[in-house]
Amino acid sequence: MEVPILKQGPYLIASIQSALSDEDLVQLRDALVAQVGKLRSRGVIVDVTALDVMDSFATRTLRDIAHMIRLRGAEMVIVGIQPEVAFALVRLGLKLEGVATALDLEEGILYLNRKMTESGKKR
Amino acid sequence: MGDDRHPRTLRTTASHHAARNRIEGRPEGNDTVRVPIKSDRDIIFARQKGKEMASKLGFSSTDLTLIATSISELARNIVLYANTGEIILGTVHQGEKRGLSVVASDEGRGIPDIQRALQDGFSTSHSLGLGLPGVRRLMDEFEISSEINRGTTVSVRKWVP
Ligand SMILES: Nc1ncnc2c1ncn2[C@@H]1O[C@H](COP(=O)(O)OP(=O)(O)O)[C@@H](O)[C@H]1O
Ligand SMILES: [Mg+2]
Repeated sequence: MEVPILKQGPYLIASIQSALSDEDLVQLRDALVAQVGKLRSRGVIVDVTALDVMDSFATRTLRDIAHMIRLRGAEMVIVGIQPEVAFALVRLGLKLEGVATALDLEEGILYLNRKMTESGKKR
Repeated sequence: MGDDRHPRTLRTTASHHAARNRIEGRPEGNDTVRVPIKSDRDIIFARQKGKEMASKLGFSSTDLTLIATSISELARNIVLYANTGEIILGTVHQGEKRGLSVVASDEGRGIPDIQRALQDGFSTSHSLGLGLPGVRRLMDEFEISSEINRGTTVSVRKWVP
């Protein structure tokens, strides 16, 4: 199942709706990396609220996507990691290093807004 | 939440076939589900089935996630390293205890050094190398046997607390 990507102001929001096959994940990665350039987005939110399992492949792919988005000059934040999933991730030893996370969509947008003002001040 | 009340077991068997026969020689009730693993889509199906069975046994939602994550890692290893295989899900009993058994079995290339494969971060595919050691932490019992060019069987269990 393809992940819908919505444009909201300077941001892109990808809401994962159900369990993703590897192909879906790779498609999400390619779509986000392309869209960030095309729409000149400053930030990306990936909502994983609907994911009941995040295994090592899914986690690594999401981490890769976050790094690629940063290389494209935008920020990415993962929102909605469920408590059970967080517990499993810690037990597995998956760290999501260098990837921003936030509780939910609202917090994710606040995080990106903060990032935008920070980088604005620096200029 | 999961805890460390149950000791984890690690048995490594030299002969993959001995282990396989032992596993297949277990009494199988009609509550055994075999899920063939041929592609990454089967991984999703296997973990959904596992979650369903575990939920009927009365596991907590945290345990359901730990079980589903374990199935996902084991099924992924089959797809990655053996191409095809199967996941056998079943309920197990030990006195009063009830639990879920997950057996991931393939006839692929096998694992040359099991001890190394069980170390965090060891991977022959530039992957994270957290699958096998992670599953060992997620489940209560863990048994692995592998023989070069014959195949690999990983058998894990989790008991309802
Ligand atoms: N079913 C299998 N058949 C053959 N080799 C396997 C199998 N499962 C795991 N392995 C080997 O063990 C290593 C560690 O596995 P794992 O802990 O899942 O980490 P990863 O899959 O990230 O490499 C793999 O890189 C692979 O070499
Ligand atoms: Mg693996």
